[in-house]
This record gives sequence, structure tokens and C-alpha cells, in this order.
Amino acid sequence: MRRQSGLLGIVLAGLAAAAMTTGATRAAFAQDEIKIGEINSYSALPSFTEPYRKGWQLAVEEVNAAGGINGKKLVVVSKDDGGKPADAVTAANELVSSEKVVMLTGTFFSHIGLAVSDFAKQKKVFFLAAEPLTDAITMSKGNRYTFRLRPSNYMQAAMLADEAAKLPAKRWATVAPNYEYGQSAVAVFKELLSKKRPDIQWVGEQWPPQGKIDAGPVVQALAATNPEAILNVEFGPDLVKFVREGNTRGLFKGKSVVSFLTGEPEYLDPLKDETPTGWIVTGYPWYDIKSADHDKFLKAYQAKYKDYPRLGSVVGYEVIKSAAAILAKANSTDTDKLIAAAEGIKLGSPFGEITFRKSDHQATLGAYVGKTAVKDGKGVMVDSVYRDGKDFLPSEEDVAKERPKD
Amino acid sequence: MSFYVVQFLSGLASAAALFLVASGLSIIFGVTRIVNFAHGAFYMLGAYVAFSLTERLSGTLGFWGGIVLAAVVVALIGVLVEMLLLRRIYRSPELFQLLATFGLTLMVEDLAVLIWGPDDLLGRRAPGLRGAFDFFGQAIPTYDVLLMVLGPVVLGALWLLFHRTRWGVLVRAATQDRDMVAALGVNQKWLFTSVFALGVFLAALGGALQIPRDAVNHTMDLRIIVDVFVVVVIGGLGSITGAFVAAVLVSELNAFGILIFPKISIILVFLVMAAVLIVRPWGLFGKPEAAARQTPGLAVQPWRPLSTQARLAFIGVLVLAAALPLLGSNYALIVGAEIAIFVIFAVSLHFMMSVGGMASFGHAAYFGLGAYGVAFLAKLAGLPMIACLLLGPLLGLFGAIIFGWFSVQLSGVYFAMLTLAFAQIVWSIAFQWVDVTGGDNGILGVWPAALVATPARFYWLSLAITALSVVVLRVLVFSPFGYALRATRDSGLRSEAVGINSKRIQWTAFVIAGTFAALAGALFAYLKGSVFPDNAGIALSVDSLVMVLLGGVETVSGAVVGAIVYKALSIWLVSYTELSKLVMGGVIVLLVVMFPKGIVGTFDSLIESGKLSFLKRGSSRATQTEGAE
Repeated sequence: MRRQSGLLGIVLAGLAAAAMTTGATRAAFAQDEIKIGEINSYSALPSFTEPYRKGWQLAVEEVNAAGGINGKKLVVVSKDDGGKPADAVTAANELVSSEKVVMLTGTFFSHIGLAVSDFAKQKKVFFLAAEPLTDAITMSKGNRYTFRLRPSNYMQAAMLADEAAKLPAKRWATVAPNYEYGQSAVAVFKELLSKKRPDIQWVGEQWPPQGKIDAGPVVQALAATNPEAILNVEFGPDLVKFVREGNTRGLFKGKSVVSFLTGEPEYLDPLKDETPTGWIVTGYPWYDIKSADHDKFLKAYQAKYKDYPRLGSVVGYEVIKSAAAILAKANSTDTDKLIAAAEGIKLGSPFGEITFRKSDHQATLGAYVGKTAVKDGKGVMVDSVYRDGKDFLPSEEDVAKERPKD
Repeated sequence: MSFYVVQFLSGLASAAALFLVASGLSIIFGVTRIVNFAHGAFYMLGAYVAFSLTERLSGTLGFWGGIVLAAVVVALIGVLVEMLLLRRIYRSPELFQLLATFGLTLMVEDLAVLIWGPDDLLGRRAPGLRGAFDFFGQAIPTYDVLLMVLGPVVLGALWLLFHRTRWGVLVRAATQDRDMVAALGVNQKWLFTSVFALGVFLAALGGALQIPRDAVNHTMDLRIIVDVFVVVVIGGLGSITGAFVAAVLVSELNAFGILIFPKISIILVFLVMAAVLIVRPWGLFGKPEAAARQTPGLAVQPWRPLSTQARLAFIGVLVLAAALPLLGSNYALIVGAEIAIFVIFAVSLHFMMSVGGMASFGHAAYFGLGAYGVAFLAKLAGLPMIACLLLGPLLGLFGAIIFGWFSVQLSGVYFAMLTLAFAQIVWSIAFQWVDVTGGDNGILGVWPAALVATPARFYWLSLAITALSVVVLRVLVFSPFGYALRATRDSGLRSEAVGINSKRIQWTAFVIAGTFAALAGALFAYLKGSVFPDNAGIALSVDSLVMVLLGGVETVSGAVVGAIVYKALSIWLVSYTELSKLVMGGVIVLLVVMFPKGIVGTFDSLIESGKLSFLKRGSSRATQTEGAE
């Protein structure tokens, strides 16, 4: 068997050599540029991350056209995590040790966001989480190195619970994907709504596995509990199956439906003319927003890509704009100075001014709340109102209670 | 009452979709013995092609024509795959074809996004079948009725095909004893090709029929493939009726289960499979596999321990690897540590597969248990790292003792699927028991002690444990225990006859392999700083299989090379290419064609047969490896 080990030697040595050369050549570091590391689930979730990538690429272009960061060119090094937390940590290691980035940004899935935020804490690196919705990332598992841009699960639930409380419905059923996001969305919504409306009864719940909903039986089971209103947290292909079965079986007839994220073009557009009407949803009606900030973003985006923006585009755009603003304010790449600069920083966004709260590092970016409708064979949001995130943040007392002290 | 009837009918409609795909898989496995991992990919392609066709063709005829045409087109793709790829590797070691079809699956996923774009696609509704019947106040979608009818119709058609045509008789004969069919002069090549085409046709048809119910997207393949395997195994491999009954059983249990336990879906099929396999080791309608007739290729080329020079070479390589911190960057060291950990993981599975002849589809269970063991001890009990590393893997050991005992009662693919079921049970406990495991948000903050916190020190630690693990497992291979284990692998009957308690020997091997996997998982937890249910997930089990197969199942330590090549390649590709899955899949397919016995296995046979004589130093015997055929 010595032949085998000889071979093994060749492979090992070659591998070691390859690893060394990549390490050496990539260490080149230019003085006149600032590098940001970006990680996201590009291959696992292209429907959200492709528009996201376009968004941040536009932002990088704009930042550099306006003179960069205090004269230095902004460079974003982007890596794919394949939808796995372990691979995200590998990528974070590469970005920090080989690429010498000054901060990390990105991530979509909550558990990946948490893995990277824990990495950031351990390695003392600044991390600006873009998409993960879990409350844990700013609350129970929050740390001083991690900031989050998107309105959290709690905030979206609070926006929807406000609307839901106005409905006459008393008997509520819920359907949500069976993982942390779905579980905490339902829990927070239930708590907030029951607080406002003690007369409400929770009559049924369904927890299909994410990506594998068996929609027919789930719809039947929900209907059997005879609810007056339904809370939906399904999204993506599961949402399409749920809506199709629900429409065919008349589940939504005469019932109110409140639904997380369904107004986002990523999830609404695939429904086309089968979009259910009158659902109360959070989302992004890009066609219906009348503000100078948004117009500017929309024009620039459409000019560059000949396509309309999705919510991912706004998040990608704003995450790099935020990073650039923090770097410019800190005028340093030192992590402590970045944290100091980020806490309480105010900056513009396509949705208006936002700030990162000092106590929990959550941005006040909001969301649009409106109703679904069908227009020219396409799903749209109508009667949308912008809900500023600052009005829906968890209270300072809750933050003080839940968030670990640094 | 009407509600329960409608719920039952909804279950039947779901069952029909599952059955179509499962029957195709069952037929292919029955005849060719290929574990066709790409079956889900063909299902997905069927949906995508049907989407494109039905968007262009109009009217009732256009819709149904588009569905059938899509299945035909994908079946033709299947024929190409069979002729160009699979035909080259029918003589490879068992399960090697799984590697090729896994590579194909990776490629198809990226190709689908390239061709059809990243958005979820909403297919057309079937003309005239948009609505629903009213059944005492409950709605039954008309399209569901069509599916409910279609399931039994396809079952009947297949029965007629298999019982009333000569081709069907040949297929059934080949399912029972394909060597005998070959000996009787039947052209196996075309039999295999046509069977593969039929199987793929059924998968694609199943996918195409989903477009009025589903959103066509690039994750459809993985969503269905595991469930389909489970259905085939519950029904009994090669049994179409079994697949039908199993599909109905699983779908109905789900439809009614969610009324009582709304969270049951996530684990239900695996619970059913574990229960069925424990009671009926060959599935509901399956028969015991006939004992392999051919002489195992291994018997002809016995394994030998390393010679002194080879040992010195091994130490040399180790010294070289240990010198990496002097030259490499921190990132290279972190990647090096990860590769080393995966070497332990792969070698532990390899020990079970090649020495013990037990292919596990759920080896990640023990990896995950090891990782969680460490996380519990570190976070809940607050133990220091050394204690965690020593005690954490015990959780994997206990898991292997329990699951192993049940698993070794079975063999072959049934064994593999039972290990998969156990792995899924571990995964779902990690996923669902939020209070203890943190659910899918995992356990954070499992970082190594300051003593080994630098990348170089952690790398050395990993390398040392890896080297030790490889050596220990090799010593075991050539120990009396190893010989006994190989005896149970090569001939169960003869080993029993000479007084070897084969089940106990296999059980012990299972536990040893599980413990080493848990050790790898424990190190992995410290490398990443966090533990997630993914660490016991199917993707990781598949990775370990791929590493072993890539290295070569019929070798002593091929998995070492397989793990290094696969892990290094995948880290590099994910970091530096946009289409990592396409490239990775392409590389795997190429490797499969170039090295039909795995990388190390192929080099071994080339050396043995004298084609690479310059690499051969002082081997006394040149034995013929192809003797098996």
C-alpha cells in the first residue's frame, strides 16, 4: 500500500502549495482603497440575492462617483455561503484574514446571520447584517460588533398587528414555516395582537416544513378550524402552493388574511393573476412610492439594469450606503471607532432618513403596509403606507432586559 | 365526516404525485442497481420544460401535449446520460454511480437558474380544471381528482407493461437476477437504457404535472428526492405496487397527522420508514436480495499493511503538512484544519463502508451529535475545551450504539436508508427542541481555549488528531477484529460458519465509525464557533459519501484523498466562482469517468496491472484486479 501513500503525498504537497500561493498573492493591499467583505446566499437563494447584488453594486458605483470614502475608493469583496452557516464562517475567515476587509456585511438566513455575528464578536470585527430577520441578532444574542439593517421580525409583526387589531375578526388561525423565523413571527404577532385585543381566540395553527408544504391537506386543516382571519408567514414557492390550493378550495373567501412579506416583489410577482386580493401585507410597492429619495434610487436602478428593483435591491443598496456612511463618519478602519460612528448615525435611504439605534444596533428602516390586489394580470400592493421603523422598535426596557451586557 | 373524506382525498392526490416519481426510481434501481440521486433533477427538469412548453402552446391540447412532450424530452436527456455516462461505470464498485448522479444533480441546479432565471415561475393551470367540486360543503379541486385517478391508472399501465409484454418480462427477470438474464443472451445495454428512459419519463411526468399546483424553482429536486427514496424503500425496492402503497401511506399519515400534531410533517416520513424497516427489513413488498454471485474484486487483491518505506513516506507527508504554518496564511491554516477534520469524518465512514461493507446514508448524525455534545458541555456545563473534546464525542458514541444496533440487522440499501432515517431523527430533534438545542438558530460561542485559539495551533491540533485517527483505523483494519469484519463483508454465511458473530462485529464497527465521526464533529464545532442542525443534515451525509466514493471504496485509506480533493475543491470553488455547483458537478462527472474506481482505487489498479510500472517499487505480486467480471 505504499503506492497509495506516495500519491497521497503528492496530493497533499500540491494542495499545501496551492493554499500557500493563494494566501500570498491575495495579501496585496492598496493604501488608497477601503475593502468591505460581503457574504450572502447567492447560489442557494438567487431570487432574492440577485436583485440584492444589483442593489449593492449600484451603491458602490454611486459612492465612488461621489469621491469614495474620504477620498479612498470603496471596494466590496463578495462571497457565497451556499446557504450554510459553516461555509459562511469559512468565507468570513477568508475575508478577514486574506482579504483584510475592514468590516463584514450581508447574510440572508437568520442562522447564518447569527453564525457570522458570533464570529464578528469573537474576532472583534464590525458586522452589518443586511437581511436576517431574527430578533435574536439584536436582542438575546446581540453583541456590540453587530448591527442590523432590515426591520426585524418583531417590527414587522408590530406593524401588522396594528392593522390586524382594527379587523372585526375574533377567531384567528396561523400558518407558518416550521423554523425559527416562522415560530418567532407567529409568537410575536400573537402576543402583540392579544395585548391589543384580549377578545381574540387562537383556534388553529399549521407548521409545514419550509420548502415542503403539502398544501392541500394544510389548507383543509386550516379551514376545518373555521377561522375568521388567518395569519400567514409562508413565502417563496410554499406561498405559491398555499395560495393556489387556498384559492381553489375557497379558503380565503370571507376571511381576512394578514401576511408577512407577501407584498415584496420577490414573493408577490410569481403569483401573477392568482394573487389573492385584500390581504394585509408588508412589502415594497416600488411602483407606488412618491418621494424624491425613492425616485432618485428608482431612476438610477432602472437606468443601470433596465429592470425594476425588488426589496432585495433596496436592502443591498442601503447596506452599502450605510457601510460607507459609517466608514466616512469614523474616518478610520478601527473597529471600536466604527462602532462608535455607527451608533446613532443618521443617513438617507430610498425610504427616507434612517438611524441605527445605540441601544440594540437596529436600524429604523421601515416597511410599507398595504393590501394586495390584481392589476393587469399582476399582483400589486394598494393603499400602501410607509411605517417608519422608529415607531415599531422594541422598547428600551425590553432591550435592556433581553440583550446581554457587553 | 365530509371533512375527513376530503382530507383523505387530498392525501390521495399528494400520493399520486409522489408515486409517479417513486415508481420511476424503483424501476431504475430494480434493474440497474443504480441509486439514482439525479431522479429529483429529472423531476425538476420535467417541470421547467413543461413550463416553457405550456407557455408557448395554447388550448387544452397544447397544455396536455406540452406536459407529455416535456416528459419525452427529459426522457431523451436521460437516455443521453445513461449512454454517455452511466454505461462507463456499471462495473465500478457499489454505489459509485451515486457519485455520478450526484454530480449531475449539482450541474442541473445551476443550469436551471442559468436557463430559466432565478425567479419562481408560476405555471399555467390545466384548462377546464381550475375549479373545485363541492362535496357536502367541502371543496375538492378538480385537478386533484385527475391526479387521484392518474395514480392507479399509471400503476395499472405499468403492471400491464411488466406482465403482458416481452420487454416487461425481461425487466422483471433482470430485477430478480440480472446475471442470469445476461447469461441467457439478453442485450443488457439496451435493456438498461430503456429502463432508465422509462424511469426518467415517469419522474419528468411527475414534475410536469406539478406545474398547475406548484411554483417551478431550482430547489424542487432536493425537496422531493429524499422523500421519494423513502417511499421506494418503505414499499420495497423494485416493487411498483409497494411504491404505490407506500406513497398512499405516507401521504395519508401526513394529511391526518397534521390535524393532531401540526409540526409532524418535518419528520413523519422518516419515522414511518424507521418503523417499517425495523419490523419488515425488506420494506412492505420487497424480497430479500439474492446473495451476490460474483467474487468480490477485493478478494483477488488482498489489502496489505504499509511497508517500512511507505510508513516513512507517510511520516514525511505529515511533517510537510505540519510545516504549513511556517509558509501559509492564517486563512490557509483555517482551511487546512477544516480539511483535516473532514479527513477524519470521511475516514470513519470509509471504515464502515469499505472494511465493513456497510454504506451509511446518515453518517452526519454522529458528526452532529459530537458537535452538539461539545456545545452542551461547553455552554451548559461550562467545561474546559480538553474535557469537551474528550467527552463530547461520547454523545455520538451513545447514538451509534443505539442506532447501530437496529441498523446492522439490515443490509445493503435498506441499511443505508435506516441510517438515513436515524440521522433525520437526530436532525429534527436538534431542529425542534428549541429550548435545549436553540433550534435552527443553533448554539453560538463555542470557541477554542486560548491555548489553541490561534489558527496555527488549532491546525496542529486538528492535524495531530487526524493523523492519529487515520493510524488507529488502519491498525484496526489489519487487526484480528479487522479481519473478522472483512470476513462478514465478503461472505456473511462463511464467516458465521467459522464462528464469527457477524452482527456483533458489525455493530462494533458501526460504533467505532460513529465515535470517530463524532470526534470530527467536536473539532468542527470549535473550528466554526457555533453548532447548527445542519451539522447532522442530509447534505453533510451526502458529502461524506461523496468523499469516500471519490477516493475509492475498495481501498484501505482512499477516503483521505477523497476528502482532501473534495473539500479543497468545494471551498475553492464556492469562494472563486459564480457557478460553483455547475463546476463542482462537472468536475465530479469528469473524475467519475476518469477514475471509475475512485481516485486512489484507479491508481491502485493501474499500478497493479503494470500500466504505471514506474510508480511500482518492490511489489512482489502483480495480481489481476479485473478477475471479478
